[in-house]
Amino acid sequence: MRARAPLVGLALALVLAAGAAAQARRVAEQQMHDVAAQLRCVVCQNLSVADSPSEMASQMRAIVRERLEAGEAPEQVVQYFVERYGEWILLSPRRHGFNLLVWVMPAVAVVVGFTLVGLVLVRWTRRGAAAGPVPPTPVDAAMRERIRREIEP
Amino acid sequence: MTPGLLRWLIPLSAVPVLALLAYGFRVNPRDIPSPLVGRPASAFALQTLEGAPLALEAQRGKVVVLNFWASWCYPACYEEAPVLERNWRAYRDRGVVVIGVDIQDKLEAAQKFTRDFGLSFPNARDTTGKVSVDYGVYGVPETFFIDRRGRIRAKHVGAVTDEAFRLNVEKLLSETTG
Repeated sequence: MRARAPLVGLALALVLAAGAAAQARRVAEQQMHDVAAQLRCVVCQNLSVADSPSEMASQMRAIVRERLEAGEAPEQVVQYFVERYGEWILLSPRRHGFNLLVWVMPAVAVVVGFTLVGLVLVRWTRRGAAAGPVPPTPVDAAMRERIRREIEP
Repeated sequence: MTPGLLRWLIPLSAVPVLALLAYGFRVNPRDIPSPLVGRPASAFALQTLEGAPLALEAQRGKVVVLNFWASWCYPACYEEAPVLERNWRAYRDRGVVVIGVDIQDKLEAAQKFTRDFGLSFPNARDTTGKVSVDYGVYGVPETFFIDRRGRIRAKHVGAVTDEAFRLNVEKLLSETTG
């Protein structure tokens, strides 16, 4: 029993190591996908490098994987592509300078829109309240006669 | 807020949006400025379609016309192939070298392409796509004009014309080596 203990320990260590290795590979896969998802597939329309089935995208994924495995940080890999293609390669523009407009405009538009709708609503309700209840339209004898004809069988 | 101001505010707020759209729709989305112009050309060592080594470094001191193409790129690559061959013949004795880089292609198809057009300048294959990415290539054909010091000086997207070839090459030839 005592002689077997080291063997069991070794087996346990091996299993743990294999598990850790598989975990590391999965993390790398996820990291590769995260980087590729930020990059525009250059030969497609509106597809990321992660989503495109094209050969160019698959070569770019291979480059991303290679650089990550060489120890580069995801941001460094993204920067590598930006240096060669410009910010055009990024699917979402960076939040600085003129690009900020893209990020800020939708929020501004929503706020301005709600404000305008609110102002208009306030004006309409005020005008309605000031005018008081609408007096019923008088119905003359001819109209009464016509209604009677139309509803009677 | 007075009703008068409100009446003007709504149409006025549309002005910047319209201006932005007017600008956006006039810009060609395919016309992407390359950040590489003015920067040193990335070195590469590839193999020609015949299997001979081909390195950019070996061409230092010459004006290099680096053309990315593919045999499936019809019609642009088919239009420019005779232009490249014609100008390569005209300029080869004046210190100009044309290098073709075949990307995303099959070897046999590429070999047939160079045979059909009788291309006599060296053509290499970028099998991993690394050279294409290093040059920020997003489609074929794309052509880079590299000066004697190894700097990318111009990028031409689409089929190269005689005029574009001549203009760029003559400009780089007229410069003295610094």
